[in-house]
Amino acid sequence: MLKYQSQAVAKPYFIGALLIFSLQLLFGLIGASVYVAPTIVPVDLLPFSVVRMIHTNALIVWLLLGFFGSTYYLLPEETERELFSPKLAIIQFWLFFVAAAICVVGYLFGFYDGRSYLEQPMIIKIGIVAVALIFLFNCSMTVLKGRRTVISGILLLGLWGVAVFFLFAFYVPANVVIDKMFWWWVVHLWVEGVWELVMAAILAFMLIKMTGVDREVIEKWLYVIIGTALFSGILGTGHHYYWIGTPGYWKWIGSIFSAVEPLPFFAMVIFAFGMVWKGRRDHPNKAALLWSLGCAICAFLGAGVLGFLHTLSGVNYYTHGTQVTAAHGHLAFYGAYAMVNLAMFSFAMPQLLGRAPYNQRLNIASFWTITGGVILMSLALTFAGILQTHLERVLGMEYMDVQQQLTLFYWIRLAGGAITMIGFLMYLVALLVPNLETAGQPAALKPAE
Amino acid sequence: MIERLTKTAARNIFYGGSIFFFIIFALLVGDSFRQASQMAEAHPISDSVAAGKRVWEKKACFDCHTLFGEGARFAPEVGKVWLKYGGDKDPAAARDTLKAWFAAQPTNISDRHQMPQFNLSDAELDQLIDFLRWTSAIDTQNWPPKPVTR
Repeated sequence: MLKYQSQAVAKPYFIGALLIFSLQLLFGLIGASVYVAPTIVPVDLLPFSVVRMIHTNALIVWLLLGFFGSTYYLLPEETERELFSPKLAIIQFWLFFVAAAICVVGYLFGFYDGRSYLEQPMIIKIGIVAVALIFLFNCSMTVLKGRRTVISGILLLGLWGVAVFFLFAFYVPANVVIDKMFWWWVVHLWVEGVWELVMAAILAFMLIKMTGVDREVIEKWLYVIIGTALFSGILGTGHHYYWIGTPGYWKWIGSIFSAVEPLPFFAMVIFAFGMVWKGRRDHPNKAALLWSLGCAICAFLGAGVLGFLHTLSGVNYYTHGTQVTAAHGHLAFYGAYAMVNLAMFSFAMPQLLGRAPYNQRLNIASFWTITGGVILMSLALTFAGILQTHLERVLGMEYMDVQQQLTLFYWIRLAGGAITMIGFLMYLVALLVPNLETAGQPAALKPAE
Repeated sequence: MIERLTKTAARNIFYGGSIFFFIIFALLVGDSFRQASQMAEAHPISDSVAAGKRVWEKKACFDCHTLFGEGARFAPEVGKVWLKYGGDKDPAAARDTLKAWFAAQPTNISDRHQMPQFNLSDAELDQLIDFLRWTSAIDTQNWPPKPVTR
């Protein structure tokens, strides 16, 4: 069923990503439980810091695994040739996956050192660079030898950017102001910069396949989207430079440019819905199409709307470092990056497992369950954050006294997390378990590419 | 508007604009770097302050606390904790109070967030406190909004 044999290397990446996603959700649930019952987990056994470290690192690792797998899946179709080296791709997968597993076990036993999201011990960080180099070499060689398209070009540009900006993880000056400035070169320039290129390219690939809209039109849109993403996102880094000891001019620059950051996400909504509207094709994979459209909408709500809510320096002065940030973080990461991956898995897995048509009804139900769970979680944290802002930043109450006022919202957040976990299990069954109703049917019902 | 834009024009605007904005960004970051270095000349980063920052990193304090609002939101902000404990007025007393706080963890009170016992040596505690004393001197544009008083 695959057009190119080497696309099959995407399978371990997608399954590995789903495994690590389950770890992220599990530690998310543990963390959310500690918020409502602080002594439920013995602090000497598993402190909250380690729970959060595993929760956030697992998120980044599974998203990267998804990006790697998606790239390997779409590059042969874009370049119209097999991957440069499928064997290297498999070696790269095991290197990365085993390193991630060692890292998590290490965290549980206290082996960590670094800064937020970059707690990996030095040897693991060096391993990440080695893995990135293998990946970029393999992909760049494939693109150089095959047909060049805008999608593969932008995807590679984004992935090279991911690797280059990760190098700032090695720069840890003793001056904490300078340290923080360049820490954001990894964190912000990833998620509000080069990751948006990766996301837009993957989304564009799926839309071409599913809607049949002319490549020329989609490619022009792609440049407009990533243009607005980088024009606003690069100087938008300024919204992290308000209160960390950097000069006052960042309040103006950060506010003005990050106020424009919702624009690329809005363009993605118009683009995705416009293409589906225009498209002549009635693609059989309705679940993948739903995830793609949902991705554009939730990215706009989470990254665009919830981001704008607290990005202006006058507002951020009060909300900075409260649960408002967590609310935005959860829906933004889910909408933009988790959903684009879940869309790609839904799109590619039936092909990779030779199981089209597959159980789409359950997949679609999981879409609504997971999305509902994450939105509930984000709304609960938004309310918690606004209340916290008022009590702590305006009235000046003590941190822990305020936290005790927020328990109701933390319970709702935990419920949202539990719903997300249930939805995730539904998604796994829909994707990986053979569909009993259609398993016996002949393969004549194959979707049109 | 989008109909009139050709693909080549869109591509050129993307590359040109991105390079332009990145150069502006790099210049401003360079200026901020210079100002942060000047600040460190007025408030020198001693070996103890630098060692204290390493303790902060090795124990992943930021995975519960925030420093200038960055980190996890499970535990209080510590950027100006030195002033909160009156370190600017009576440094010795503030140091003792902070050490007693570390020694008292975890509290095991069921409705309060728990901090582990890190078993830091007295030297490490002094380094960490020196680091937090240094951060209290940073000009954070009057953030956080409420003055930290006890």
